[in-house]
Parts: sequence; C-alpha cells; structure tokens
Amino acid sequence: MTEMIRFVQGNEACVEGALYAGLEFFAGYPITPSTEIAELLSGRLPTNGGKFIQMEDEIASMCAIIGASLTGHKVMTATSGPGFSLKQEAIGYACMAEIPCVIVNVQRGGPSTGNPTHVSQGDINQARWGTHGDHSIIALTASNHQDIFAMTVDAFNLAETYRTPVVLLLDEAVGHMREKLTIPAKDELQIIDRLRTSLGKDVDYHPYLPREDGRLPMSDFGGDHRYNVTGLYHDMWGFPSANPKVVNQLLRHLVDKIENNVHAITRYKEYYLEDAHYIMVSYGSSARSAIHLAEERRKRGERIGVLELQSIWPFPTEVVREKCAAARAVVVVEMNMGQVLAQVKSAVEHPERVFLANRIDGKLIAPHDIKKLLRVIQGKGV
Amino acid sequence: MNVMRLVFSGSGGQGVITAAIILAEAAVIYSGKNATQTQAYGAAARGGATRSDIILSDSAIYYPGVTEANVLITLTQDAYNEFASITRPGGLLLSDPRFVQTTRKADAKQLELPMYDQVMEKIGKPIVYNICTLGALIGITQILEPEAIMQVLEERIPQDFINLNMRAFDLGLVLGSQYQYRKFY
Repeated sequence: MTEMIRFVQGNEACVEGALYAGLEFFAGYPITPSTEIAELLSGRLPTNGGKFIQMEDEIASMCAIIGASLTGHKVMTATSGPGFSLKQEAIGYACMAEIPCVIVNVQRGGPSTGNPTHVSQGDINQARWGTHGDHSIIALTASNHQDIFAMTVDAFNLAETYRTPVVLLLDEAVGHMREKLTIPAKDELQIIDRLRTSLGKDVDYHPYLPREDGRLPMSDFGGDHRYNVTGLYHDMWGFPSANPKVVNQLLRHLVDKIENNVHAITRYKEYYLEDAHYIMVSYGSSARSAIHLAEERRKRGERIGVLELQSIWPFPTEVVREKCAAARAVVVVEMNMGQVLAQVKSAVEHPERVFLANRIDGKLIAPHDIKKLLRVIQGKGV
Repeated sequence: MNVMRLVFSGSGGQGVITAAIILAEAAVIYSGKNATQTQAYGAAARGGATRSDIILSDSAIYYPGVTEANVLITLTQDAYNEFASITRPGGLLLSDPRFVQTTRKADAKQLELPMYDQVMEKIGKPIVYNICTLGALIGITQILEPEAIMQVLEERIPQDFINLNMRAFDLGLVLGSQYQYRKFY
C-alpha cells in the first residue's frame, strides 16, 4: 500500500484530488502561492489524456475553462487573490450560464498584490460577492491534505450537480506545507458526472428548460444540438430576454438551486464539541491551530472544542447556531479582519458572546495567539 | 517517539530545506509516522537566514510551526544567532564550526561537528553537505532508521549523483554515531 501514501504539498493534494475527480482540462496563469498546481498539472494532464493550457492571463484562463466545460469536460483553474479578482467577471458569466467549473484560490495577503508568499484568509467575502449582481455560489475549504483531496473531489461533484462555479479556498500555509496524503482507492470516493440530455440529434433541445426535479441536462456544445449561451438573462432556448417573468424566474432559480440545498452542500468537522463551554469556529490552516489548542487545553480539563467549517458558502448558518447554542463564548479563528466572524455573529443567538482571534500579518496564527484571547474571555487575565 | 520538533536553518542554497523534506518524507513513507514540513518562502529562501520546521509524530499533527525545538540545526552564523534560543531545555543544537561560532550558553546539548570539512576532505563536493548533515543527525539521534533516509535518497536523487549522496550520508552517519544523544525530548 506504500505507493498510495505520499508526502506532498497541499497544492499537490489538490492536483491529485482533481485528477481523481476526473479533471480533463486546466487553463491557468501561474501565481504564488498556487503555482505548484499549474506546474504539476502541466505534466500530469497531457499524460492522462487531458489538456493543459497556460493562458496569457487569469481572465483568459477563466474564459477557457468555461468554454471547455461547455463542450463536456471537467475543468479547473487555480490562482491567488490578484488573479481571483481578474476572474470575477467570467465567474459571473459561469453563474448566469450555469456552467460547471472549479476555481482554486490559494489565498495570500491582499488587497492588490499584497503579501505574495505569506498566508491570509482575506478572500472569503470575495468568493461570495466578488462578481456583481445577485447570485449564489459554493465555496469549500480544507485544513489538511487528506481533506484538500476530498474537498477537491467534492468541488467537482458539486459543480456538476448544481451546474455552478465552485470556489475552493485554500491558503498559503496549507498549500505549501508538506504532509501525508493517502490516495483513496479508485471507487472509495463518490464521483458525480455531468447530467447529460438523453435527447437525440434531431430532437429539439432546450438548454435551459429544467426537468421536473429542477435540474438542467446538458448537451456537449459543438455536438448534437445547436443552442445559444449568454450572460444576459435568457429563456429556455438560451436566447436573451428582458421579459420580467423570465428575469424573475431565472434569478430565483440561480439562487434557490444552491440556497435551498444548503444542507446537502454543508461540510464540517467537529472536535470535542459535546460538552464544550468554549467553542472555536475556524477553517483552513487556522483550524489546525484551533484544534492544536483544544487538544492541549483538554489535557488540562478545560471544556473547549472546535467547529471546523469545510463549506463556507452557502454559509452553514443552522449548523453554526446549533453547535454553538450552549457555548459560553465562541471564538472565530481566522486570518482576516472578521469575515467569517460576521457570519457567525448573525447565525448565533447571542452575538455578544462571539469574539475574533485573528492574525493579519502574514504569519500563520499560532495556538498561543488564540490562547491569549481565550484567557481574557475566560477572565484569567492577560 | 511521541512528538519531535526540529528546525533546520542556514542560508539559501545550502540545501537545508531539501534535507528537511527528505527527513520528513522518510518518516511518513518508510517509517509509518506522521510528519509536517514547512519552510520560509520569499527573500529568505534566496540568501539570508532560512529555516524549515519539521514535526514528526505517531499521532495527528495540527499546528505545523515549531516554537520549542527538540533539535535545531544551524549551518550559518546568522541562523545560529537568530534561532539558537528556540531550542528547548535539554534539546540538541547541532552546528558546524566551519560556519558557526557558538557564543551563547544554551540550556541545550551543543554539538559542533566538522561536517563541511569532512565532506570537502573525503568527497570534495560541497553540494552533498546537506546530506552529510542529515546523516550526522540520524547518527546522533537515531530518530529514524538510516535505511528510511536511504530509500528516499534513492528515489529523489538522479542516478548519476546517488553514490555521491550515499557516501555523504554515510560520512555523516559515522561522524554522528560517535556523539549519540537521545535525551532531547
């Protein structure tokens, strides 16, 4: 079995997960700290029968994966903050035209070119609202390499299930860190493939006419059926429409297909929550420090636990409310100025009991950093 | 072994990060352990003091940073000056007198082994200095079986350089074995 155990960077775990999920097309423009993803796929994809293209920039990369996805392939691009900003317009197009794709953002310090080789989790809200207009989106994250692998597979599964862009929010610390990855056996994880239309070549195909269950079977673009794809509001043929009824229905559909399935999309892990008086809510690399601290304090008899979020959008409001209901205090551990903090505050019954333990200087937040705040909350002094 | 925290430090180009990766990979793939390895990116990686943190453990590892090192290796004076204080009491501080003059009275076992001079005298190629250092570490601490490291070397090193690296590793191993120290936990 040793051949299945690897010692890799988080970015490589993402690559392995993507290939396991069936990635066939990657277009990208290398940027620290995501570069290893493009670098590794430039070797792995062509030898696996896939296609790798280094594009002229991030905008073109995003557009290329949208086009490739329409033709029936599983697609991904990878970037970091500055590139993620550039991709936003095309991400909106993929939301509107309902094109499955996976966008990996290995976060570094922003805004602008910011702090390229250092960790941050400052793109949480950008993943949600980076592109303009009402829409909904799915964003996943992970704190260790085994989970990066699993969440990458999930990102593809969710993209295909809901016909939507899925953002995988990694960060520099997990992306660059090396640790163990056990590659699952071939059928160990579920792989969801695209729902394709069963209509034959000469039958009229309505690309945006939902089935009874609300899903839209796809037809590989350039294949059996001719149809229109647009970023404008569109009717069931895919042709532009400003008909108020069409506009109203489509926007509701785009939002509802994700928000109504928040339970199915929600992913989280919990550590020592059953009797916890103090709960740390965290995600990504900062969750590692929270879990580290919880294990350390548990040994001293402190009732402290961790709720690790693995899906950030749609925000798992109910899970957070339920899990934190009995907590004396909730500490959100993240490396930004409180982006998930705001969500947690609005989710729980007692927002005044929610505190922020953050670090924004490019250093991975340490257990000690969280402990300092925790002691103040617990009334143990500074 | 429960948890062992190591820091390898030196200057960019000495191969300290490569040595760190080889050690951690040997622990994971050939010794059945968990390991994390992190490193400084950016300017420090291209000259200036650089460091790589390694944690080896039989159980899960969460926070990957090292604050109190069981073992610290410093291969430059800058690295020694900057990082010597993170060695925990009773820990091991390994340096090379060719590059480092130990100044402080650390509450740690300070070992100064002439690894660089040995490499130059016996092999004549400074490129394998890092592997000799890794050999010395294994010889002193016996934290992993030497075979585990050798298997990683065989996989990672191009065929033409494998003998060179094996000789360097062996050289370090023999040197380190004369100074065995295992009370760094």
